[in-house]
Parts: sequence; structure tokens; C-alpha cells
Amino acid sequence: MACERWTEKLDAYLDGELPASEAGALAEHLRGCAACAAEGLRKVQQKRAVQAAGQRFMPDPAFRARIQDSIAARSPFVWSRRWLPILATAAVMLLAGALLLTLSGSQQQVIGELVDQHVATLASLNPVDVISTDRHTVKPWFAGKIPFTFNLPELQGSPFILVGGKVSYLGQSPGAELIFRVRQHQISVFIFQDRGPREERENKAVRTALSFEVRTWHHNGLRYFVIGDASAQDLDNLSELIKAAG
Amino acid sequence: MPLFERLYNFAHWLTQDRQEAEDLVQETYAKALKGFRSFRPGTNFRAWIYQILRNTFLTSRTGLKSTTMVPLELESDQESLPAVKETPESILLQRSDRQLVQEALGQLPVPYREVLLLCEFEEMSYQEISATLAIPMGTVMSRLSRARRALRDAVQQLQGTE
Repeated sequence: MACERWTEKLDAYLDGELPASEAGALAEHLRGCAACAAEGLRKVQQKRAVQAAGQRFMPDPAFRARIQDSIAARSPFVWSRRWLPILATAAVMLLAGALLLTLSGSQQQVIGELVDQHVATLASLNPVDVISTDRHTVKPWFAGKIPFTFNLPELQGSPFILVGGKVSYLGQSPGAELIFRVRQHQISVFIFQDRGPREERENKAVRTALSFEVRTWHHNGLRYFVIGDASAQDLDNLSELIKAAG
Repeated sequence: MPLFERLYNFAHWLTQDRQEAEDLVQETYAKALKGFRSFRPGTNFRAWIYQILRNTFLTSRTGLKSTTMVPLELESDQESLPAVKETPESILLQRSDRQLVQEALGQLPVPYREVLLLCEFEEMSYQEISATLAIPMGTVMSRLSRARRALRDAVQQLQGTE
């Protein structure tokens, strides 16, 4: 029966998984077949019902805080020391200790959040919302989307390429995330309004969780964070270019 | 922490217990951080972390128990699916409320529950589901089809007992 051929494909069609050629033919069939259209409607209703029912359990705020603390506590040095000679471990632990002294807990948390966002960007199939290598396209795109403006550096003659940008959030405040590429590495530059306490406004070069390099500084009421897995030298160079533009 | 709420929600759906869900999410984050080097940039991060969560669940006591109770027919993909014969009168879920669907979902065997949540709630593509559950695409499709039918039956049964 002709309808059976179609009902078998209804699920894939409604899940958006049917190739365009077949999807067109099935849509055509649905327009003319009341039984299949009713079956399609029932399936859509069920899909929506599960979608609505799926959100059921919310984590306890105390649990969230516990997880955040446990993530912040894990520095890359702690993970990798098993693989390093004892001597290197000792040096690394000294360095980690020194970092802990200079880095406040809340800033660690902020950097942890931004590293998460950077990782999510790396993993995303659509890493940017405005795709352009032209700074004169990317900067105006943010107008009206974030409550401040910023300058983008001239990259000609440098190894860096601007990939694009998107709106990002930190502590419920919107900001800009710009993606740059250097060779095979992607670097996220986050810009937010600076609302942190004075002691957190100092310029710092830190190495943080998951082996990402991080640079952060304060300029003109804005806080900049540069995060990536490129070399320390690359991050320094890009930071200098951005500082020069700002 | 992106995905935190969703991972927790999914973990709670799998374990059906708050404490176990918390343990599961905590272990997932710990494993993800430890194994981050095995994640290749450019591949699917979401599928990767859900896969860690699910594998951790499967080796837990509740997970082991849930998979040993799965009927064998679940995995037989060769079995042809009977044609669906619905009349407009049997169109269900129109009247079913959210709680009813949640109750029905909770009654389903874990393989059905998880594939439905990944597809409908997480809106994963078949390919992402295939990566997350480590099953072929064909199995994703047949399992989804069976899961949807099982959910419909469960809702109908609950409606009947109301």
C-alpha cells in the first residue's frame, strides 16, 4: 500500500532527518492524504509532549556550587603530574601555589566560566553568529546587542585571522566573544563591562584549567579575556594587538 | 558551566533519584576533565560529554540493573515494524498533560527513555544520538520508533487507569 511506504518515513521526516528529495515527496503526499496527515499530526503532538515533559529535574543550587568548586580546584598541573617526572611536579606545584596566592577565588570562577564558553565555541557547529574576517563588519554587528563598544585591531601582517563573533554573557551581563584563528588554533577574546572589585582589575597572565592560556586586563572600563590553546607567545601577541587598538 | 542543568536533568531521568543523579553528574565532570585530551576539537562536544555520563551510568548499580532488565527484542533491528493503524479517535496525547507523559516516560525501559529524551528534548540529530549511545544509525531509528510506540501505549494505559 502506498501509504505504508510513507508512514515508515514519517518519523525521520518529522525529526528533520529525511533527505530533501524524499521530504518534498512526503510533504506532497501529506497534503493529499488525510490518514497520513492525521498520523503525522499525532506524531508531532507526541514529539511536543515529550519535549515539554523532558524538562523535569532541576539541580540543587548547593550541588551546582559544589561542582563549580571541584572544577575550580582541579588545575591542569594536578592532573598531569602523574605523567611528569617528580622534579617537574615539584616545580609545577610551586607555580600552582604561587598562582593561587595571586588569583582570587572569584576570578578563578570567572575564568573557569569563560574557558567553558570557549570550549563550547570550539565544539559548536556554528561557533559564530557573525561570520566575517572584516573588522568593519564584525564591530557594527554588535551595535545594539551589547551596552558598550570596542575597537578591533588591524591584523594585516600578523598571523591572526578574525573568524567572527557572537554575544556572550557573564554574570547576566552581555558582552562580546570574538574568535580569532592562528594556524590551527582558535582563540576567544571576551570583552565585558568591568564591574569587578579593584584588586581583580590588575593585568594578569594566567594559565588555567584544561591547559588553556589566558590573558586578562582592564582598559577603559572594559575587561578583556583572551583564551586559547595556542602558544603563550601567540596569546601575548594577540593581546598586544588588541591593547594597541583599544 | 554550559550543559550543567541539562546533564543533571538527563542524569535524574536515567537514575530516577536525586542523590544518584548528583553522583552521576559529579563523576561525569570529573571524567570529562581528566579525559579532556581525548576530546578532539571540531568533534561533537555535547555527544562526547553525554556519552561519558551515560557510560558512567551504565556501570553504576542502577545502570547495570536497568540494562539487564531490557527485553531482548529491543535490540533486534531486523524485526520489521508493524504498520501503524490509527484512526482519528485514537489520536492520543491531545488531552494528556505534562505529568502524565512524565509518568509514562519514567515507566519506560532506560534504552527507550534515553533515546526519546535525546531526540525530542535534547534535539540531537540521529548522528549525535548514534555517537552518544554508541549504536548504528539504523538502530537509532528502529529504537526510536519502538520507544515512541511504547510511550504511546504507556500513556494510553495511564489514561485508562485514571
